[in-house]
Parts: sequence; structure tokens; C-alpha cells
Amino acid sequence: MSQLASVFTTPEHKALIAYVTVGYPSIEATLEVVPLLASLGCDVVELGIPFSDPLADGVTIQEASYRALRQGVSPLSCLDTAARLREKISIPLIFMTYYNPVFSFGIDNFCQACLNSGIDGLIIPDLPPEESNELETSTQQRQLDLIYLLAPNSPEERIRVVAQKSRGFIYLVSLTGTTGARERLPPDLESFVARVRQKTSQPLCVGFGISTPEQAQRVAKIADGTIVGSRLIQLLDERPLNKLAEFIKSLRKALDNHH
Amino acid sequence: MKLPDNKGYFGEYGGKFVPEVLVAPLAELESAYAEAYADTRFWDEFNALCHNWIGRPTPLYFARQLSAKLGGATILLKREDLAHTGAHKINNTLGQGLLAKRMGKKRIVAETGAGQHGVATATTCALLNIECVVYMGEEDIQRQSLNVLRMKLLGAEVRPVSSGSRTLKDAINEAIRDWITNVSNTYYLLGSVVGPHPYPMMVRNFQSIIGKETREQVLAEYGNLPNYIVACVGGGSNSIGIFYPFVDDSPIKLIGVEAAGKGLSSGKHASPLMAGRTGVLHGARSYLMQDEHGQVLTTYSIAPGLDYPGVGPEHCYYKDTGRVNYTSVTDNQALDGFHLLSTTEGIIPALEPAHAIYYAAELAKDLTKDQIIIINLSGRGDKDLDIVSKATGVRL
Repeated sequence: MSQLASVFTTPEHKALIAYVTVGYPSIEATLEVVPLLASLGCDVVELGIPFSDPLADGVTIQEASYRALRQGVSPLSCLDTAARLREKISIPLIFMTYYNPVFSFGIDNFCQACLNSGIDGLIIPDLPPEESNELETSTQQRQLDLIYLLAPNSPEERIRVVAQKSRGFIYLVSLTGTTGARERLPPDLESFVARVRQKTSQPLCVGFGISTPEQAQRVAKIADGTIVGSRLIQLLDERPLNKLAEFIKSLRKALDNHH
Repeated sequence: MKLPDNKGYFGEYGGKFVPEVLVAPLAELESAYAEAYADTRFWDEFNALCHNWIGRPTPLYFARQLSAKLGGATILLKREDLAHTGAHKINNTLGQGLLAKRMGKKRIVAETGAGQHGVATATTCALLNIECVVYMGEEDIQRQSLNVLRMKLLGAEVRPVSSGSRTLKDAINEAIRDWITNVSNTYYLLGSVVGPHPYPMMVRNFQSIIGKETREQVLAEYGNLPNYIVACVGGGSNSIGIFYPFVDDSPIKLIGVEAAGKGLSSGKHASPLMAGRTGVLHGARSYLMQDEHGQVLTTYSIAPGLDYPGVGPEHCYYKDTGRVNYTSVTDNQALDGFHLLSTTEGIIPALEPAHAIYYAAELAKDLTKDQIIIINLSGRGDKDLDIVSKATGVRL
């Protein structure tokens, strides 16, 4: 069983997955924040490798990516950051990025470098299963999990395809839209998750738009994990990191008390 | 073999590199297009509006004085500058607009760089009575304010894009984000032969009316096919449009002209085919201008319509197979082409086809009168007068 899969072995424990853009606001900040997230009960951290054209992202992550890139953050510096984090913490680390930086790096080289840096899996939002044969082979050879996404408008036959191919967990996009904190989650979230649940026993984690403990708790009642990104990025700007710590604690508590 | 294949590939280029939320809508689009494609009534309506509303067929004009001045080949101009709204873009927006209507979509989103595609989309939406939102980079809004006004007068909403480089590529990002968000009622009307399948195929097919007419016209008038066809390449829609009906005629030399900006070695250009390497942007694999880390570069050209870091996958395929020769022309050379056509023929071209004019003029000198060069004059130059006055120091 992969490191990532082992996060989901106790059904009553709901996973908290945090996203941070590497190098936002600085590499030092990433090195400081990720261990803090782990210590506060995050089960997995997604490390975002910034890309110049993040078309699945809303303004918060666009801006974070832009600022990280302006400071010279590259896939290489992200790999280096991951390796340094791996020395400090043991929870699974996943890279989230777009396909072009991976393709440009060279797929095999990138996967090997991920393995060397202690990365456990990859999420590539603009790479659906139909286009991912090469990455599929390369990640499997190195026991890296490749996580696919499903959206509320994914038809039944696609749910089957993705459920078969996704490794680690399945990333359910809560809404038809881009990333970013939302006041309200869509009313049909429960039925969407239930539709996927009927077709697979894989762990299901819900992301996009989740920014409050109440929303996290609502997700915890129906899924195996909650993914939080944009709200966290907003709090990275504030120093000291008390607010961010309080936010993570409140999410952890909400997930633990979901019954 | 007929391309693209059923996965949307031209050789190794193209595909559908999109977020999951767009997978189902693209499949819906693909099947709606296939149905429309097989429906003669759809094409009857398209052709009737091409004739009565766009003003097609556009003339194939013998540039007598230009040919004489250069003293070489016979130069013909395919006059897309005379199409409604002043450029070839309208062929595609009409075709896709009719498709959107057929699909029952109530809202169209589009991106625009120079504003020509935005104007053509707004014009089509006015005709078809569909709500229209156009994304345009803040930088381009400054550069092309007249086109912004045109879009507004036509009833479209123009939304400024302030992310990234604030030009065409960012406008496409923002239009795609809008589509992702409003996918159930919104049609994304992409303006070039780029993006995920089926866009490159669909846009090519709507634009290939240019090449079909050219073929009939040149045969009727000269009894021969041309020796050369020259067209500019940004995303590549006008060039594919005129090339496509001739790709199987191997003796005809097809030449695509990219924007070399301030020179390929300066780094300030928009020539992914000449100076880029394979990558993935906006849903397709193509030649792409990118840095060593796979970050997409900001492009530069005096012609806003060529200012795009990627290029249509079909062009990439033709580059690799050698069917089309690609070359590039600098800003200054394009300005020479601009002045040359203005003074010899009384036709002020857009800066985009001015690149093709310059190249064709150089080519013509070494040929003889019995050889025919056709230039796709993809648009008229009114929109560029501001840029030209600044570049040449002529005060208005």
C-alpha cells in the first residue's frame, strides 16, 4: 500500500489535505509552513509547482503562482524544497502542477526526481486519463500515485474510467468552476459524491471552494477527505502565522467531530 | 489519411489537455459539430449568410502594379480584407455562432487580442441574438481602443483581463475560466485553429471557405493552380483556411510567415514554429514559446493578431512533414510590406498580412510572369493606423 493510501485506512478518520504554492510568499515560508501544517493535523500536503498559465485556478492561486514565478521558482527549486521538507516530516507530499512544466522537464526525469525528493504522488489538473499514457507508465514504475479528478458534470462512464485509473484517492471538484474560496458549496454536492461512491471504493477527497470549518464538516459527512487551498494561501500573507494555525486547527476539529 | 484522428491529433500535435470539467462539454461540442457537419441545412444557412451578410465570395484580385513594380511573378491577392468587419475572422465566428445557436446556448464567451476576433464575435452575436462576453487583456484594450468601442456598440460586454502578461494568452485563460464556470449555458467561441480538439478542426473547416473559393477563382481566371500561396501565421487560422484545400496538390508551394518581431535572436518575437519547442498550452500540444522550465513566454510583434506563444497543431504537423515551409518576417520588414501595398494598389493591409506581403514581394522578384503567387490578404489596416503612426513617427 502506498503512503498516500495508508492515510485512508481508518474510515472514521477524515483526511485534511492542504495546498500551498511552493515559493509563496517565499521558499523559506514554504519550508516553515509545511511542517507547521503537518504538526497541526494535516494528513497530506499538496505542493503547487507554479505555472505561468494556471487556467483551472481562480485569482488567489493565480496571484500566488505569478508572484512565486517572479521570484524565480522553478520545478527544480520545488523538487529541492520537497527534499528539504522530506527530511523534516513524514506525511505524504504530492506535487500539483500543470502538464507543461512536467512535459518540459521530461516525464521520466521528472518522475525520477520526484521519487528522489520523497514525493508520493502527482495531481495534474489539465491531464485527463486519455492523454496520460506516458505519465501513467512512468509513475507506476516508481510507485508514485497519479491522482485524477472528477467534476459534477462527469458522465457515468467517465466516473468508471477515472475510478479505475486514479491511484491514492480521487479528487472530486466540488463545483463547475475554478479554485477559490466560496461562501457556499453547491447544493448538489451530496448527490455528486454519492454517484461516485456507488461506483468505487477508492478514497474520495473533495476540493475547490472549501474555506470554512462548516463546509469541511459537511464534506466530512460524505467523503474521506477535504482539500483546502485558496483560503490557506490568503492566510500565508499574514505574519505571524497565528491565524493560519487557528484556521487549520478549526478544520481539524470540524473533521474530527463530523458525526 | 484524414486528420485529425479521432483523438484530435495531427501526428503528435493537438489532443485534449483540459481540466475534467471541460471533458464532457468538449464531447458534447464534438458530437453537435459532427451532426451539423452532416446536415445540409446547416451549410445552406452558413453559405447564404456568407454570401449576403459577409459578402462572399471575396475577390481574387490581380495586383497589376505591384507585380509590375517587382518585375517577377504574377501576384494575386485573396481579399479577405473586404469581408464584413474587415478580416477573415468572421467566417469562423459565423460558423461557430450558428453551431452555438443549434446547441441551444444562450451565452457566448470569446477572447480577443487585436480585437478583430472580438468584433467578429460581437457582430455574429448581434445577428443571432446571443449574449456576448469578450475577454481582452488590459494591454490590448489600450492598444486597440477603437475595436473596444465597436464591440460595445454591437452590444457585447468587454471584460478587461489584468492577469499575467495582460495580452491574448491571458484573455484565453480567462475565457476558458469563464467557460469552466458557466459551462451549462455558455459556448466558448475560440478564434483560431488552436485549443483542444475539436476547435482546430472546426475552425479550419469554417475558414477553408477561403481556399475553396481561391481554387475556383484561380482556375476560372487563369486555368491553372498557383505556384505559391503565402499567408501569415499567428495561431494560424487564415493560413490554414487558404492552405487546406491545396495540401494534396504537392507541386504548390505553401509558405507560412510568422512574426519575427525585433528579430529571432532578440527574443522579442512571436515565432513558435521557428524558435519554439514542443509543449502544451490551452488544451493542445504544439510548438510553443517557453523558457527552459516550461513556463510560457510573453511574445512580441507589431501585429497584435500574431502575438501568441503557441500555434495550431496542424501547422506543427505540416512543419514536421515539410508540406508547408515556415519562415518569419520582422516588424520593420512588415512595415515595408504595409507601405508597398498601400502605395502600389491603394489597399492598406492589416499588419498581420503585411508580413506575408513582404515575404511574397521578395519571392516574386526572382520568379517570372507565368508563375502565380497568391497572398492571403487576411484583413484591412484601419485598426493599425495608430501603431503605424507611432512606428513610423508620422504625427496624426
